[in-house]
Amino acid sequence: MTGKRFWSWLAVTFGGLYFLLPLVGMFDFSMRMQRGAYSFEAYRVVLADPRFQQTFGYSVVLALLTIVLGILIVVPTAYFVRLRFPGLRPIIEFITLLPLVIPPIVIVFGYIRIYNTSSILPLTGSWWGTNILLLFGYVVLSLPYMYRSVDTGLRTIDIASLTEAAQSLGAGWARILTVVILPNVFVSVLSGAFLTFAIVIGEYVFAALLNVNSFGPYMVWMGGNRAYEPSALAVIAFAITWACMGLIQLFTRFSIFSIVRR
Amino acid sequence: MAFLDIQHLEKAFGAMRVVKDFNLGVEKGEFVSFLGPSGCGKTTVLRMVAGFETPTSGAICIEGRNITGLPANRRNIGMVFQAYALFPNLTVEENIGFGLKVAGEGKAATRSRVGEMLELIGLPQLGGRYPFQLSGGQQQRVALARALAPRPQVLLLDEPLSALDAKIRISLREEIRRIQRDLGITTIFVTHDQEEALSMSDRVVVMHQGIADQVGTPFEIYNRPTTRFVAQFVGSLNLLDANVVDAAAGKVLLGDVPVSLNRPLLGRSGERISLAARPEIVTLGRSDGDHVVLAGRIADVHFLGSVIRIRVAVEGGLLSLDTFNQPDRPPPLLGTPVEVSVSHRDLLVLAA
Amino acid sequence: MNTSALSLPATLRPRQIISWFGVAPFFLFALLFLILPTLNIVVGAFRNAQGQATLQNLGKLFSPSIQSAFWISIELSLLTAVLGCLFGFLIAAAITLGGLPRPLRNAILTFSGVASNFAGVPLAFAFIATLGRLGFVTMLLRQWFGINLYGSGFSIVSFLGLALTYLYFQIPLMVLIITPALDGLRREWREAAESLGASGFQYWRLVALPVLWPSLLGTLALLFANAFGAVATAIALTGSSLSIAPIVLFAQIRGDVLNDPHLGYAIAFAMIMLTAIANGIYILLRMRAERWVK
Ligand SMILES: Nc1ncnc2c1ncn2[C@@H]1O[C@H](COP(=O)(O)OP(=O)(O)O)[C@@H](O)[C@H]1O
Ligand SMILES: [Mg+2]
Repeated sequence: MTGKRFWSWLAVTFGGLYFLLPLVGMFDFSMRMQRGAYSFEAYRVVLADPRFQQTFGYSVVLALLTIVLGILIVVPTAYFVRLRFPGLRPIIEFITLLPLVIPPIVIVFGYIRIYNTSSILPLTGSWWGTNILLLFGYVVLSLPYMYRSVDTGLRTIDIASLTEAAQSLGAGWARILTVVILPNVFVSVLSGAFLTFAIVIGEYVFAALLNVNSFGPYMVWMGGNRAYEPSALAVIAFAITWACMGLIQLFTRFSIFSIVRR
Repeated sequence: MAFLDIQHLEKAFGAMRVVKDFNLGVEKGEFVSFLGPSGCGKTTVLRMVAGFETPTSGAICIEGRNITGLPANRRNIGMVFQAYALFPNLTVEENIGFGLKVAGEGKAATRSRVGEMLELIGLPQLGGRYPFQLSGGQQQRVALARALAPRPQVLLLDEPLSALDAKIRISLREEIRRIQRDLGITTIFVTHDQEEALSMSDRVVVMHQGIADQVGTPFEIYNRPTTRFVAQFVGSLNLLDANVVDAAAGKVLLGDVPVSLNRPLLGRSGERISLAARPEIVTLGRSDGDHVVLAGRIADVHFLGSVIRIRVAVEGGLLSLDTFNQPDRPPPLLGTPVEVSVSHRDLLVLAA
Repeated sequence: MNTSALSLPATLRPRQIISWFGVAPFFLFALLFLILPTLNIVVGAFRNAQGQATLQNLGKLFSPSIQSAFWISIELSLLTAVLGCLFGFLIAAAITLGGLPRPLRNAILTFSGVASNFAGVPLAFAFIATLGRLGFVTMLLRQWFGINLYGSGFSIVSFLGLALTYLYFQIPLMVLIITPALDGLRREWREAAESLGASGFQYWRLVALPVLWPSLLGTLALLFANAFGAVATAIALTGSSLSIAPIVLFAQIRGDVLNDPHLGYAIAFAMIMLTAIANGIYILLRMRAERWVK
């Protein structure tokens, strides 16, 4: 009994050391820009950099659009599959798992080949086209997380009864989805959304290969050209990831929806 | 000294004392049940015997050898759990052979013992199945065979029938007892179902808040309960409030009706006590001789078929009594004045 | 539903159509932006510049430089997947079965959620700041213990450095996936095994591990694919000094015009095949391991 606990503490201590040291190292390094003193100079420099503001703002907007588009595509699909086409479930699950199996770099390579300037749909040829392609690519990357969380949310409610109740009150499909179903799976959608945000905000490969100046490529550029600022960027990115995960925890634990549902 | 001897066993989880000064001697080949409401500490005692919990104090001995400090896997005690706990990745045969395999038994010996066990539980064709392919009753039989295969010194069963439906529960009850008798294995059976405990056991231990209230044969437990808890928990019971008038002469007052019990009482005069009687010993009408006779009115009649359960309002409370159905005698009407009789000897006196 | 028999056909049809409209965007989207692009690569790997069928592209994969890049990638992915599974398993076992306080378990699970998503560029920066030439731990070791990490041949821009970095998201991912599986191990199984005379080791070998097999294998395949496709971390960490498959492909795509696009197809195809094989092995083993489940 005590032996077991000893080994457990040992495992957790070693794990803790491995996982905390890089965070300490990153934080420590980010504070060393001014010689001989700890300071937030690196953060000041980064935050004041117009390119940071521009690329970061761009990535935030793109992440939000990814979430919205993801919800628009995933929620009706998951809903109708549960309600009307249970036979499609395995297919949909397979498709939504693909982005975890096919390396993202392969997917974006496919985009470049299919949607290049000499193709029928030359998305990469224009500013708008490129941005839309990047957005769609991010929605693809977020599919596994979005679909899984929405589907889990739908499982906990009786969508058939809710739908019939809403129909008997004269609601149409759009209304049912937005007013009845979405609020009931809101917490699940939010978990998927925050996860998507954390993944998209610093994404590099898609953006770099589509030649879009988003936050990811900006960070890599900083990494190649500066010493202390990259650490500051890493701390910021870590804080964002932490915030997203924290918010998921917060919403799933303290939401009225999940309490009511139990 | 008994075969399995439990002495002054105590267990506390933090500040909560769950088992208090538990003493019990189980003879070789005996079938003993622990009976008590949920949370009274039955499982905890059983788990200490099995070696899954360490007693706070006290000793557990088998054949005079103190095993209190021995780890569970060296005690040679078989255990059957409420939720079967069959290993899901092993077939029925592999489950039953598990104990022999880990003991390093040879393949041939294992196979023949497993076959023997399958015969014993009456499932000889199901050896190749996985647990999920069996019904609950079948799974519990396999769990029993698995526990018995390595020839344990003691068999422990923790509410093994609680998860099954009523019909299977009764047939499996009989089967467990048959197998236990065949093998002559010393057994402790935990249950919160009094019918199970009374029908299966050589002796019953009634537990209440971590204490063994009474230990005795089912007949003793039922007919001579020593505490109010045992009397109330085992079987149904009529309780009438009374005041002692003369302890030495056995005279009490039921309301304002004097009743003589014809035997000395332990309590002091003026003390409140309870008189208790099982429904089946109360009879309708006046019986002469060694009987207490009370007057009352019919308050309630339940026709149950072969048995009619009647409630009579008397001084001191309601009395339930059972009579057998007789085609030429319809049940009495509500409100009819009647007399009821109880033998002095069978009327229990309990502290209020 | 209270629809009368007469109005049934009228209401049924639009409802069916609307249902299809509900799922159609998903399929269209998946087709256009996931399946067709992937198929395009697969088909392209078997075509030459003139559009004729050929195996030449795949043949080029066996040039020494590309072959070695794939080997390094496979080794890296396999090593970090195996070590990630191992260490992740130990941590998950510690927090589920090890009798540690409940709040610690929750804290570790939350942190795992963060760390498994803290991949890519920032993670590389964190490791450079820690184990780089001027990194926190490098300096610490030199100043406190007199150990010269880089003098002994270590570099963060190496196979070992990359592996250490990948483990930072591999281990937590394993923790997150395997913890529920460990929670699913019933206490009674262990107790039943013990009462039958089994040692802790025998219980694990005969019951717990076989029960966990499918989850373990699944996670191994997932971790393999996860490491195999991780480009951003590698690029931010090493630039392109360490030649692993995704970095070679990245360079190919960037330099498309100059290089041979069909070699790119072949590399991408090989990457898909490897992750597909990993998952195929997983599915096969899982079916065998799960005979005893419905
Ligand atoms: N591991 C434990 N930690 C704390 N309390 C426990 C533990 N096991 C049992 N208890 C408490 O001990 C009491 C007796 O439990 P148990 O022996 O399981 O009762 P029974 O089997 O008679 O229903 C209960 O109140 C239960 O909550
Ligand atoms: Mg119990």
